[in-house]
Amino acid sequence: MGRIYLDNNATTPVRPEVAEAMAGLLKGCYGNPSTLYCIGQEAHVQMEHARDVIAGIIGADREEIIFTSGGTESDNMAVFGVARAMRKKGNHVITSKIEHHAVLNPCKALEKDGWTVTYVPVDKEGIIDPKSVEDAITDKTVLISIMHANNEVGTVQPIAEIGKIAKARKVAFHTDAVQSFAKMPINVDEMGIDLMSASSHKIYGTKGVGFLYVRKGTKIMPILYGGHQERGLRPGTENVPGIVGMGKAAELMAAEMESEEARILGMRNRLWEGVKARVPHIKLNGHPTKRLAGTLNIAFEFVEGESLILSLDEHGICLASGSACTSDSLEPSHVLSAMGIPPEGAHGTLRISLGRENTECDVDKLIDVLPGTVERLRSFSPLYKDYLKEQAKS
Amino acid sequence: MDHFKNPRNVGEMADADGVGKVGNPTCGDIMELYIKVKDETIVDAKFQTFGCGAAIATSSMVTEMVKGKKLDEALTISNAMVAEALGGLPPVKMHCSVLAEEALHSAIDDYHKKQGK
Repeated sequence: MGRIYLDNNATTPVRPEVAEAMAGLLKGCYGNPSTLYCIGQEAHVQMEHARDVIAGIIGADREEIIFTSGGTESDNMAVFGVARAMRKKGNHVITSKIEHHAVLNPCKALEKDGWTVTYVPVDKEGIIDPKSVEDAITDKTVLISIMHANNEVGTVQPIAEIGKIAKARKVAFHTDAVQSFAKMPINVDEMGIDLMSASSHKIYGTKGVGFLYVRKGTKIMPILYGGHQERGLRPGTENVPGIVGMGKAAELMAAEMESEEARILGMRNRLWEGVKARVPHIKLNGHPTKRLAGTLNIAFEFVEGESLILSLDEHGICLASGSACTSDSLEPSHVLSAMGIPPEGAHGTLRISLGRENTECDVDKLIDVLPGTVERLRSFSPLYKDYLKEQAKS
Repeated sequence: MDHFKNPRNVGEMADADGVGKVGNPTCGDIMELYIKVKDETIVDAKFQTFGCGAAIATSSMVTEMVKGKKLDEALTISNAMVAEALGGLPPVKMHCSVLAEEALHSAIDDYHKKQGK
């Protein structure tokens, strides 16, 4: 039985071209890029090429790209780094209720240190109103952090509008673009972005590497202290193979962005239409169109998400749930809660995220397997039984 | 996993002597356990469950374990015994076995109530 991987928002398989680009550094060119002899310089040259490529994709200058260990570190650096550098000016941060925990939890840590954080709401489709961000700004506000595309429901936020507001009010603007970098067009100048987080393993690179874009002139302090690497903002010998792999991954993604996103969007829409026609009592979570091309978040009434995932796993289909039981906490997804979806609705949620390795055959397989799987679980669901009894009465 | 993939004793029992309903949709698990009692012995058990894989497996296992047991014997079945019979459950899933134990106790209580005891 072949495996069908539909969890590309969680992580992606490493592209062969990326593995190949990294192999030379893993097997031969092991030099420290800070050294002067040839193998050190060769590593340096390859790393700086990756920096150029990445800067080019988002319309930044090469010195504005700071390599990190991934999305979480980049988010932490943006929140804590700006907060520490701006403490004298104010102690207020604005973020949203649907951010990744890599932004939410640093904000909660700031609150414990006496900061004030405003968590702006989203509408029922998961979109932030830029006006609510503007209204939250005070003379103490030093940072606005609003994600570009949401990892669970895929909704894309009006980043350019928020960037405009931030610029007018002279507040630093950070966006977590882990899900959108190299998948959607991003230009940091046009969108008014001062800081931006991204990660390699979401774009077919390896885990453990990412970057933070920091606009020139943005006041930020390091969160790690050590050597001079990355302009002193992120000390520690660089993850050269990871960085070179990320450069290659980003380059390939950017080159095929338009055609791939159109293909993936086509598959996603066909999948939704197919499932909708065959499975009753389901609902799409998130905005119908302002969404990442590959993301499809569906609520299935009367069934629980984890049992759905385990059942689909038996058919070789790998995907994620928005329900409590998949994590160690019993809390339903904070994103779905913020969208006003009650806990009982959030428990039966599947997140399907398509990627570049998926084909129309994968879509056919899921459309084929899902109806029976849902029906079987519903057949012994007390909630479904109660529903049918209610229907019979009326 | 077998009790999740092929749950035993699935379904509703129209003429149940005792019904136990526990959990709520907010926490993500609902279990309904039905028992048929003859001469203080559980002669049949069925269940319906909305919940994760472990919740379905523990429901299935507890119905298997109680069949043929005297009521007072059945009351000694603990969540740990259900979990053990399944070959162990990860710590985060132990609450599912607690739910199974509660559903069983609730069904036996219901039986006693119906008997006017």
